[in-house]
Amino acid sequence: MAGDNQVTATAERPQSTIFKRPSSTKGLWGWITTVDHKKIGIMYGYAAFFFFIVGGIEALLIRVQLAQADGEFLTAGAYNAMFTMHATTMVFLFIMPASAAFMNYLLPLMIGARDVAFPRLNALSWWIFFFGGIFLYSTFIFGTSLPPISPDGITGNLAPGGGPGGFGFLADSPDGGWFGYQPNAGPLYSPGTAMDYWALGLQIIGLASLVSSVNFIVTVFNMRTLGMRLLRMPVFVWMSTVVAFLLLFSLPIIAVALFMVTFDRQFGTLFFAPVGGGDPILWQHLFWLFGHPEVYILILPAMGIVSEVIPVFSRKPLFGYSAVVFAGAAIAFLGFGVWAHHMFASGITPVAQAAFGLATMTIAIPTGIKIFNWMGTLWGGRLRLTTPMLFAVGFLAMFTIGGLSGVTHAIVPSDWQQTDTYYVVAHFHYVLFGGAVFGLFAGLYYWFPKLTGRVMSERLGKTHFWLQFLGFNLTFAPMHWLGLQGMVRRTWQYAPGNGFESWNLVVTVGAFIIALSILVFMYNWYRSRRRGDASGLDPWDARTVEWMIPNPTPEYNFVNPPVVEKLDHWWHLKYTEDEEGRAVRRPEADQMIAELEHSELNPESPIHLPAPSYFPFIMALGLPIVFYGVIYHTTVWGKALIAIGAVVTLASLIGWGIEPLEEPMPSAHDDEAEPEDEGDADEDEEGADG
Amino acid sequence: MADLAHDTADHHPPHESTGIDNRKLGMWVFLSSEFLFFGALITNYLLYSNRAGYDGIYPAAIYDIPFTSVSSFVLLMSSLTMVLAHNALSRGDQNGTRTWLFATAALGAVFLGGQVFEFTEFIVEYGMTMQTNPAASAFYLLTGFHGVHVAIGVIMLLSLWGISRRQGELSEKHGMNLELVGLYWHFVDIIWIVIFTVVYLLSYPPT
Amino acid sequence: MTPLRQRAARLFALVGAALLLTSCSIIQIDSPLTTFDPAGPNADRIDDLFWLVFWIATIIFFLVMGALIVILVLFRDRDANSVREPKQTHGNAKLEVVWTVIPALILAAIAVPTVSGVFDLTGCDDDSMRVEVIGHQWWFEYHYPDYDIDTANVMVIPVGEETCLEMTSDDVLHNFWVPALMGKRYLVPGQTTLLRLEADETGEFFGHCAEFCGLSHSLMRARVEVVDKAEFEAWASAQQEPASLPAEGDPGYDGYQVFLNKGCVQCHTIRFDDSSASNILASDAFNGPDLTHFASRSVFAGAVLPGDDETYQAALADWLADPPYVKPGSFMPNLALTAQEISDLVEWLETTK
Repeated sequence: MAGDNQVTATAERPQSTIFKRPSSTKGLWGWITTVDHKKIGIMYGYAAFFFFIVGGIEALLIRVQLAQADGEFLTAGAYNAMFTMHATTMVFLFIMPASAAFMNYLLPLMIGARDVAFPRLNALSWWIFFFGGIFLYSTFIFGTSLPPISPDGITGNLAPGGGPGGFGFLADSPDGGWFGYQPNAGPLYSPGTAMDYWALGLQIIGLASLVSSVNFIVTVFNMRTLGMRLLRMPVFVWMSTVVAFLLLFSLPIIAVALFMVTFDRQFGTLFFAPVGGGDPILWQHLFWLFGHPEVYILILPAMGIVSEVIPVFSRKPLFGYSAVVFAGAAIAFLGFGVWAHHMFASGITPVAQAAFGLATMTIAIPTGIKIFNWMGTLWGGRLRLTTPMLFAVGFLAMFTIGGLSGVTHAIVPSDWQQTDTYYVVAHFHYVLFGGAVFGLFAGLYYWFPKLTGRVMSERLGKTHFWLQFLGFNLTFAPMHWLGLQGMVRRTWQYAPGNGFESWNLVVTVGAFIIALSILVFMYNWYRSRRRGDASGLDPWDARTVEWMIPNPTPEYNFVNPPVVEKLDHWWHLKYTEDEEGRAVRRPEADQMIAELEHSELNPESPIHLPAPSYFPFIMALGLPIVFYGVIYHTTVWGKALIAIGAVVTLASLIGWGIEPLEEPMPSAHDDEAEPEDEGDADEDEEGADG
Repeated sequence: MADLAHDTADHHPPHESTGIDNRKLGMWVFLSSEFLFFGALITNYLLYSNRAGYDGIYPAAIYDIPFTSVSSFVLLMSSLTMVLAHNALSRGDQNGTRTWLFATAALGAVFLGGQVFEFTEFIVEYGMTMQTNPAASAFYLLTGFHGVHVAIGVIMLLSLWGISRRQGELSEKHGMNLELVGLYWHFVDIIWIVIFTVVYLLSYPPT
Repeated sequence: MTPLRQRAARLFALVGAALLLTSCSIIQIDSPLTTFDPAGPNADRIDDLFWLVFWIATIIFFLVMGALIVILVLFRDRDANSVREPKQTHGNAKLEVVWTVIPALILAAIAVPTVSGVFDLTGCDDDSMRVEVIGHQWWFEYHYPDYDIDTANVMVIPVGEETCLEMTSDDVLHNFWVPALMGKRYLVPGQTTLLRLEADETGEFFGHCAEFCGLSHSLMRARVEVVDKAEFEAWASAQQEPASLPAEGDPGYDGYQVFLNKGCVQCHTIRFDDSSASNILASDAFNGPDLTHFASRSVFAGAVLPGDDETYQAALADWLADPPYVKPGSFMPNLALTAQEISDLVEWLETTK
């Protein structure tokens, strides 16, 4: 894939001490040992898409169950497990890693860097995420769900022979909701190990995000090319930075909360157990103190993508660049002060309800600024409605709906009626699907040439867009109505005679249309990788510096990193303005592109790159082993697993510490190797959350 | 050729746009996250520590303030020795560095020993375990996680000390590592000062 | 300019057609759980607030979508060969201030009724009738402290006056919601939350547990029967009456024996009139609905049964035959009753008016 056909300047590597250091950048081992941010980004992308499909299948199962009143397609246990896993998957295993894929691939390119600040740490993040996802999903094989136990020790019953409550393959996965409300998801009411897989799986995945947020922040602050001042950075870089800070400050909260749950479940602590005096509402505060910033963690990268795509296809600069940037930061900042709007019905004091309601309203202001600025960008432009642009505009329209319904939640008394109904489901799917997912697809179509050197089929792309747009609205628009008609969320069955049947059927049909549109996308992807039109260096006449290098991106990114003079540096190299302020292509632009096509592929001398390493992979492998051990810690082999996992992690830590980031090149002086070994910094990471 | 390679590598990112070493910046960023981690744990303790009506004994009822004051003092002193180690290295005094590193690790270990003693006393003498009540759960979770942080710090300090002994000196690269461990160590100390003040000194069982 | 104008004309025709279609689509409010049919002052107030915000949001929606469509139509690049590039505007401070300030003003306007609504609708009047609501997996228990009545699934309240629900939960979080009367509020184990209900018309109102509470969350429903004051008092005094112990030969005697012998008594309380010694009081550990006046309640099993298309007797028989089948995870076990035992039980339960 990317970079495979490039001049690899790191072919000759001397062997490091203990292990034979991996030297191949090709084949399976090339992927496992890579520290290249692009390859890591691609792996993130494919993994995220895989989980998107899995989460999508779970959604379809849910929709089949709800297609008619009193549905019996799934058992109650399986249904609860499916909506839990659908949400957990889509949030933690799809949108977050998909955003991470874009950030990994693009952040260094967009700031003119050769890699992220800590390449091996980056590989570590990816492998932790990957093994965390596998760990979480292994619950389908190893996990167990059992009926609830009352505080007095009486066990609930399931119908003999399974019946509608039956647990089985599907249901042996977490079934306490992605929000894990206590005490329902605690040891009494969700016995069995499935919710342990959930809590510990999220802990692992959170650690991956924490490590990468540190990495991205340092990358953005320290690795910018000359002239790339903060306010010359592309909006996507800005939004990624904001997201990294959100992760940095919200993940420790959920880490603590998940530790508390795990201790409750495994070691008998009483944090959330009402019988012992624990406070189940505290869990909600902690969860949403993370969970609401999480919403912006999911949507801001898509906003960044859209802020890149819209100007390119309007052939105009982003309207009010700094306002868009600051609005993004403001959303993130305010996002930490609104968590209790998820809890308006929980009985918190009226003062708190009013305060959080008002705080929630204020978020509409920066969000509005963004929407209006995007429209200001479109206004007077020369709009080319290519597939990425269609998705970006689709984002704009759908997200506006999600934003407006979001304001209705801030109207506290009104929210008492709406919360926990399908109205909320409609709202956040307009934000997260109509928003984030449309934005991510805009980005995929837009940056596909950077991966492959080809453009995706426009015909298939537009088919995909219109099918998805139609399916999306058929699926989620009726949910507003269903919710206001009184259909509660997370409901396995609904009674006939409530007026829910016809719209639910429409919703189910819509869901399958979305599925169809994704199939079109997959075919397009598969086909365009092989047979798409060659893209050249700058297929979209783009604005930002990642388009100054050939496609697919060479392994070393830039031979000569640009010296940035302006926001939208690349555009200004190609275009000047006439007296009216209209863009005029510089006569030398084509010549310049041709020269870049050549010079950026042919470095005059070998380029020094970080060497591949086994250690991130091995170290990440240790963590889930430890966590399996924690789940079964009462058994001997559980304790053994903890020991084995700890040894694997520690051993690879030592290996990592000894191994230099870059192997000295045979022709160069030894002291050229940059002192960039982050082994010890990494020890700290481990310690803090491991 | 060699020079050119040097050129491109150097021209490439004018590394560290902010002028702060990547690893140091990374450590600062990471520690800012750690503040929230402990912030959540401390808040959690404060929420539960004096709610009335729990079974069993409250942690605040059995604190041994003189004892904990001594172990807190030990941990504070370790921050001083950490500074001395750093200072010695910047003067090129490798022997001094080694000595102060070891002293820091030793003081950290003494603190940990004190914590083990404290926990044992609470459990054996007073029967206050993690399962006694939410206040006790929160106490053990908070101080336990702090103890884990100290333990990791001690391991890192001992690794540096070991490297220094084996190689006879700490190279420039490991000098940066010493600085990073120092940052981490001071952070752990600061957190303890907050814990000692808020959790030990200013916390009372419900009347 | 002419093509622009043509485009604009075509656009307006399209928008007009779309609006016409929307207004033609008939929206039917036919759900007993709908939030659009408030039957009391609290729900009315919420409904008014909802519609206020709804219309503001709708206007903004049409303005934004309209503008977006106009932009797409006007500025779409139809001539790929054109060399005429757009003006490179970077922003407009005045405009940006305007679209920051206007939303802020709108929000400030909405904030006023929101905040006053929160304070007006939270808590209860001191002198309103109390009903203690206790959530169980998966049914609501109602206790009337002023009348010493313990009932389940169906709450009866008088019309035209406020009833104050003091709510808590026996196990996990639940959420009491009767859309026609009020918004929803959690039931939290170990804590008490308040919810005021008031209906200004009599009738039967549907409710649902709205917080995910485990396996059978979807089968945890509720009924509120609003009756006039006299009827309420009559109901209350009937509920205060003890049950009558069936004598041998009475209808229901056999069923009562099944009840005694099959272990039902462990969980279900029945209060009889003869002597307190024969009263059946469920132990604390086993807490099922009080069955003293079971048959006075129109629905049972978490207000799920009887459904629309079955008789009371048939539904009761189905329920007794296999409770966990009807309600997955149910704490009421399948006692493997014979058909005879079931019909006896049904016969007896029907006497517990």
